[in-house]
Parts: sequence; C-alpha cells; structure tokens
Amino acid sequence: MATKEKINDPMLDPKTGEYAVIGPGQTFKSVTDTISKIVLTAHTPVGWFLGLLMAGGLATGLLIGLTWLVLKGVGIWGITIPGAWGFAIINFVWWIGIGHAGTLISAILLLFKQGWRNSINRFAEAMTIFAVVCAGMFPLIHVGRPWLGYWLFPYPNTMNVWPQWRSPLAWDVFAVSTYATISVVFWYIGMIPDFGTLRDRAKSPLAQYCYGLLSLGWRGSTRHWMRYESASLLLAGLSTPLVLSVHTVISFDFAVAALAGWHTTIFPPYFVAGAVYSGFAMVLTLAIPIRKLYHLEHIITLRHLDNMAKVMLVTGFIVCYGYGMEVFMAWYSASHWEFFMMWNRMFGPMGWAYGILILTNLAIPLTTLWFRKLRVNTTYLFILSIIVNIGMWFERFVIVVTSLYRDYLPSSWGTYKATRWDYLIYVGTLGLFTFLFFLFVRFLPMIPMSELRTMLPQTKIRPGGPVAETNIEEAV
Amino acid sequence: MPMQEGIYGLVAEFDTPGDMVRATEAAHHHGYRRMDCYTPYPVEEAAEALHFTKNRVSLICLLGGILGGSTAFLMQTWIAVWSYPLNIAGRPLYSWPAFIIPAYEWTILWAGLSAAFGMLAMNGLPQPYHPLFNAPNFRDGATVDKFFLCLEATDPRFSLVESRAFLESFNPVSVVEVDH
Repeated sequence: MATKEKINDPMLDPKTGEYAVIGPGQTFKSVTDTISKIVLTAHTPVGWFLGLLMAGGLATGLLIGLTWLVLKGVGIWGITIPGAWGFAIINFVWWIGIGHAGTLISAILLLFKQGWRNSINRFAEAMTIFAVVCAGMFPLIHVGRPWLGYWLFPYPNTMNVWPQWRSPLAWDVFAVSTYATISVVFWYIGMIPDFGTLRDRAKSPLAQYCYGLLSLGWRGSTRHWMRYESASLLLAGLSTPLVLSVHTVISFDFAVAALAGWHTTIFPPYFVAGAVYSGFAMVLTLAIPIRKLYHLEHIITLRHLDNMAKVMLVTGFIVCYGYGMEVFMAWYSASHWEFFMMWNRMFGPMGWAYGILILTNLAIPLTTLWFRKLRVNTTYLFILSIIVNIGMWFERFVIVVTSLYRDYLPSSWGTYKATRWDYLIYVGTLGLFTFLFFLFVRFLPMIPMSELRTMLPQTKIRPGGPVAETNIEEAV
Repeated sequence: MPMQEGIYGLVAEFDTPGDMVRATEAAHHHGYRRMDCYTPYPVEEAAEALHFTKNRVSLICLLGGILGGSTAFLMQTWIAVWSYPLNIAGRPLYSWPAFIIPAYEWTILWAGLSAAFGMLAMNGLPQPYHPLFNAPNFRDGATVDKFFLCLEATDPRFSLVESRAFLESFNPVSVVEVDH
C-alpha cells in the first residue's frame, strides 16, 4: 500500500512501511532535552495557566457539590427506590474503566515486549491514578456517611464488628485499594531514574532539592538497574492479573445481584473489554492535544495513535460481542424477566440511552477504525475518542438505570432523573482529573526518558567485537 | 557508619555503551571485582561483564505474595467462622470461594510492595549522598548520555597509578579520582 507520497514521508520506516515508533535522528541527549525541558523550563506556557484555572474551577464545583452532599445527605441526588444506584455507581465504573488502559499499556504491553508503549506509558499510568482518585470517591460518598468509610476495612474495634466477606462491597474495597496502591507504586518506581535526570539537569536549587529527594539518590548503577528491571517486570506481571481482577470484581457488584440484566456470567470479560476500550479512548483524548501542544510528534508518533486505534477496534468488537450476547441470552434463557428487561432497555422510556450507546460505541467507531487514513488522522481520532468516552458512560448508565427502574414487580416501578447535584459532582470529577493532569505534565516527566533511551539505535552493542559506534556524531 | 576518608575510586567516562562494556570486561578479566558501571539506562551487557546476573527481587516478591495471600485468607476465615459468625442466607460460615477474592488482591498487593520496596532496600536507596556525585563530570552525563566505569579503592588490585593507566588504555573521555 506504499504510495509515492508515503515513501517520502520521513516518519515511515522504509523497511516495514509502518510509521516509525520514534522519529529519526534522535540521540540520548535530544530525547532527554525534549522531555526534561517541559518540566524544568522557567517559562510556563500561558495556556497551561488558563487550562489549570478552568479545570480548577470545575474541581471547585466538585468541592461545593461534596460539601452540600455531606451537609444534606444523598437525598440531593436523583436516586430513589428502586433506582438506588444512579450517577455515583455509573461514574465509579466509568472512571475505573478509564484507568484500566493505563495499566494495560504499562504492564501488559511491557510483558508482550511492545516497545512502542514506552512513549505513552507514563502519562497513561498518570491517567490511571487520577481516574482511580475520581472513581474511589464515588462508592465512598454513595454509602451516605463517608466519614464512616473506614468501617469497610477489617480492623479490631470496640464494637466487635467485622466486614461481611461474602459481600461484593468488601471485595471492592480490597480490589480498588490494591489497584490504587500498586498503580501509585509502579508509577513512582518508574519515575525514579527520570527524577535522577531531572535532579542533574535542574538549574534552580529548589528543583534540584525536590527532584533530588524524589530520586532517592538514584545514580544509575548497573547493579541497581538490574534489580530495578526485575522489580519492574514483576510489578508488570502482577499488575496484569490485578487489572483484570479489578473490573471483574466490579462486575460482581452487579452480577451477584439477582436482577434481570445484571445476573449474568458474561459480565466480567465484557466489563474488562469495555474498560480497556474506554481507557484507550481516554489516552487518545489526552495524547493528541499533548503531543500537539508540547511538540512531541517525534516521540508520540502516528504509529502510537495507529496502534491505539487498533486496540480500540479489537476491544470495541469484544464489547459488541457482549451486547450481542446480552440480547441473545435474553431470548435464549426463555426467562420472561430477562426478555422484558431487554425489550424495555431498547424500546422502553429510556430506549434513547440504548440508542446513543449503540451509535457511539459500535456504529461510529467500529465502521470507521478499519481505515488507516482515519486512524492516523488526529482530528478524527480526537473526536472519535470523545464519542467513545460518551458511549461508554452511557453503557454504564444503561446497565445501572434500566435494570433497576423496572424490576420484577410493576407496582414498585419508578423512574430515574438526575439532579443538578448529580451533574455538578460528575463534571467536578472531570475538572479534578484534568486539574491533576495539568499539574502532572508541568511537574513530572510525562514521558519515561530512561525507557525512551533504550529504543534508540545507539544502544546496540555488537556482540564480541568492539563498539558499535552507531554514528552518534552523524545523528547529532 | 564511621566517616570514611580518602579515595573512593577512579571513574572513567565513556561516550558509548560499547566502550564501557569492553573496559568492564577487561577489568573483570584483570581481576578487578569491586567496581560498578553507571549508565543512563539499563545496559544488560554491563551486568554480564560485571558477572552480576542474579538478584533476589523475585524471591522477595514471591515470599511477599505468599504471606499476603495466606494472611488475607486466614484473617477472613477467622473472622467469618470464629470471631464474628454471620448467617447470610444460610450459607456456610466457611464459604471459602468468597474469601479467595480478597486473598487474591492481597497476594498481589503484598507481592508488589515487596518487589518495589525490596528492590529499593537491596539497592540501598534512598541514599542521597554518594561519593560518585563528587566527580565533576558525573552529574553532567550519568543520567543523560554518558557511560561510567568506577574501579573502587577497596579492591585489592586497586592502585592509583596502575588502575589509572589501565583505564586510560581504553581511550575514555576522562579518568577522574573520586574522594569520599
């Protein structure tokens, strides 16, 4: 498929016809400079302040919403009986799902030796952590008295009361807290060598001091590196089953309940695939503006965008299979309740939500992502990633709301209508997420410099013979 | 630890990883053992040249995982069967399939924390001060684009004159004396 204009594109590898993972002519110094100057510059771009201000404004909305919630109770939300779960649980599942792509990129792709992930794994991990921050808040505030949230943990107390281990709520506490801890540790361990670089390159004493503390005195000793590599691989190997288990446990919150539309065995794989789908969409939403604004096109190349779009295509089809299976099982189970749930989901009063879900999660992405032209078109991908994020939010909306508000007994049917507080808190978490992300790109190395160096041709050492002086001078 | 004085070692700076690995191999062949390479990214060939190919991070990780998983499982069993028995829909008190989920999570949690903190502990980090940072050229390159080999003074073969001549035979950018 190599047309003439493509051959002339310097970003294309002439051997494979694929886009290069890293732009040509890079050296150890140039990649270090590109990334460290974003953090160490004395001139913060004005746009950064504007963005921080806007995101901070929205996050203030979250603060107001939470304050009012604590003062008045969960009655300010649209939750009722039977629709007791509402926005809090929708947002919880949505945010956790977004986090999953970060772990997938940092862990699973590392185990599969997908070198291209090195450019995007750091900020995908940051995305994970900030998404988990937003997600973890929701079950806590949904329990009604968040100041007693520590009751969820097993600790010896004078009441002589312990958690109930057969409840998915207790499993959730373990899964989400482990996920948050391991993600933070993995993220921080990954940054230690880069903190060392920043410490050595910082000019101001304050930056030297701060990055010096964070680097723990890293000096790049080979013995340290080898143990470090072992620990990184182990953490990746541990994060992989972890990330799969977290969304599985979350799907148990639903699947353990005896409610039509929730009580199904397909939920764990279907939730995990949906999580990865929305997570990759969010990585694209973040990566496309960042590479543009910080001129990182030679480090986060079209190859990355192309590959991420392909992962979305695959996981999108798994999600599509999940939707199909739900419909099939509703019919095949010959259960009146299952059948009615599905009919109500598609054509009931909230059928519009199902329509949006099919359009945004299946119809638009799964027909267009086949085309490489569209996969490397940044504008299209950016819009598409937002469409998929919306779609995945609606998926959780459909699952939570349409199963609850029309349950077994028609006399107990109700409806669900979110209040302005629901919207404020949701939009507030978007603000908090963006706010944290702005701080991250300014103060932390958003691309792992040490891992990027390993991808340069200069690292090759010819076995046995003397040095492979892979024309460093020429590259400079 | 008492304050150490005198020379820590000799540091040779190289432009390429290959030069450094070659010098390291020769140094090991020459009988030097107390030495280390310092690189801006992991260089496996350097570890081979130093004959440092095994480490215990995975063992610590395994032990942490076993400890975490069994702790969580036993804790749940003790709570559900003895300390706070609850009849939930007539299910047995020892409903072990449900206990597997928190035990699984704690296996991962403890294994991950053991791997991360075990690695830091074995590396002797955090260690804000190290004599190598006294080398004037070390911080310019060790974490960016230069490759260092340090022969330490505690090595029995170390001699200021001979070791310097030895290092200089590999055409390094520079050879610097580092004090404690």
